[in-house]
Amino acid sequence: MEDVCSINNLVRCLLDGGMDAGLANFITLLLGVVLVAALPLVTVIFLIWVERKVAARVQDRIGPNRVGPFGLLQSVADALKLLTKEDITPMGADKFIYNLAPIIAFASIVLIWAVIPFTPLHIGADLSIGILYFMAVGSIATVKVMVAGWSSNNKYALLGAFRTIAQLLSYEVPLVLALIVPVMLAGTMSMQAMTVAQQGMWFIFMAPVAAVIFFIANLAEVGRAPFDLLEAESEIIAGYNIEYSGFKFGMFMAGEFMHAFTVCVLMAVIFLGGWSGPFVHEVPLLGFVYLGLKTAFVYIIMLVLRSTVPRVRIDQLMAFNWKFLVPISIVNLLLTAFLLYIVRALGLAPAPNQATDFVANLPQTIVLFVGNLALVGVIVSMIRSQGRRQRLADEARLAESETEEPALPAGVPAGD
Amino acid sequence: MIELNVQTIAFLVFALFILGGGLGVVTTRNLIHATLYLILSLFGVAGFFVLLSAPFLAAVQVLVYIGAIAILIIFAVMLTRSMTQLRQVYNHQWTASAVVSGLLFALLVVGVILPVWGINGAQAVETVSEVVADTVDLGKALVDRNQYVLPFEVASLLLTAAMIGAIVIARDDE
Repeated sequence: MEDVCSINNLVRCLLDGGMDAGLANFITLLLGVVLVAALPLVTVIFLIWVERKVAARVQDRIGPNRVGPFGLLQSVADALKLLTKEDITPMGADKFIYNLAPIIAFASIVLIWAVIPFTPLHIGADLSIGILYFMAVGSIATVKVMVAGWSSNNKYALLGAFRTIAQLLSYEVPLVLALIVPVMLAGTMSMQAMTVAQQGMWFIFMAPVAAVIFFIANLAEVGRAPFDLLEAESEIIAGYNIEYSGFKFGMFMAGEFMHAFTVCVLMAVIFLGGWSGPFVHEVPLLGFVYLGLKTAFVYIIMLVLRSTVPRVRIDQLMAFNWKFLVPISIVNLLLTAFLLYIVRALGLAPAPNQATDFVANLPQTIVLFVGNLALVGVIVSMIRSQGRRQRLADEARLAESETEEPALPAGVPAGD
Repeated sequence: MIELNVQTIAFLVFALFILGGGLGVVTTRNLIHATLYLILSLFGVAGFFVLLSAPFLAAVQVLVYIGAIAILIIFAVMLTRSMTQLRQVYNHQWTASAVVSGLLFALLVVGVILPVWGINGAQAVETVSEVVADTVDLGKALVDRNQYVLPFEVASLLLTAAMIGAIVIARDDE
């Protein structure tokens, strides 16, 4: 390990080779940036194949199976086809902005990868505000949709952009509120430190409600079914990117696939322990495998959801967010803060030197988990009672209309 | 006098973003373009926060000003679509606003820049503090009785009142 030049010790390697220190640092940084940025780009080609295969299996089809083994090279063929397509700019389009939008779309997703910890040693930049950085960069994605929708000079594109603004801005609220919970548990916003804090116990066991809210809000943020209103084919054809063709369209598509994959990685990092797993400190590269497995698990759930559930209406989407998700996230936040305070007051929290120990984390986890279960119980019973009330009201109205119905002809003079 | 290193270059680039973006906002006739220039300008401010080792404020700057406020401005502009294709000048307050901004600039130079960075300014005698405050310090300062808890609570109350007011105004009369 020591004699091999890798990205871990590249600076020293280059210095030994007689290179200037500044230049060696620069080359290493540049190489790291290229690696971190290239990873999602390469993965997305494979992901499109996975997505199509899973969707096909759910719908009892075979899926892509002609190009390459198991149809693996289908996405490559598609990308090449997109490259050869004519690049059309619609009349009346705002050319500069029109061309800028796909670049923003792509860059805003790749930027998120800078703070994702791949292994204990490998992370693009371990910012102390990693989670906030993700939120900030993610909010730039809204700009691209608005800009693309407006500059295309197309009413369907504009309608898609309008829907997007409502959806993305609304679902950012529960997303942030759910993210505060793991930040409270870990006591930091750095992604790497958050993964380290989960070595004893994954946060999904301490904060299952927050994890589910995070997942749902992210589904809406990336515009996946059942929240794919911004590109509803049957209503507004394709939404904001309708006028784009050729490689610019390809950039939007790849950006969307990458965004969906990126939030799955984040889910794995923030709630499923990231790279942590057995023997990861001896062989750091194992962390990469663990992270990949956890991400794949979340991603498959997302894909199956996508190909099984129908699309919601815009009023249902908004009502679900503001009347259901946001209140629950606020209650969940207060509850977790309260329980954490009690846990620490009672001395049930693991000591700092035992933070990575599974058994030491158990009492705290059990308290938080039971608290979350109680919250779920309250929510379910509230939904039930509301449903019963609704049903009774419906039945009463039905019965009323039935008794009134025979009365109607009575008013009409009976013909004899 | 000015050392030419990476930070200086970054400062100059961000300053260019801010000033160029600001100029673009006031000179372009297209409101959507003006908003995009505004985003560029605000992005430059976020870069300044990074240079000042305040990453939290930088992220908040992007999140709040670009992610929320600029988007809402774009949204408002798009709803008034006829406003985006303006070709004639709507009013003639160019000179008035130029005078006001010139006066404001003069005020800032006299009031802030000269006392701190002038010949006898505070910067000449006082060195920059060695203590680097991180996000945790900021969080504690916001709830510390001896620091900023009162402004923090007042701002929270103001925002809550504004939110309730917005809901009341937007509500249908039932």
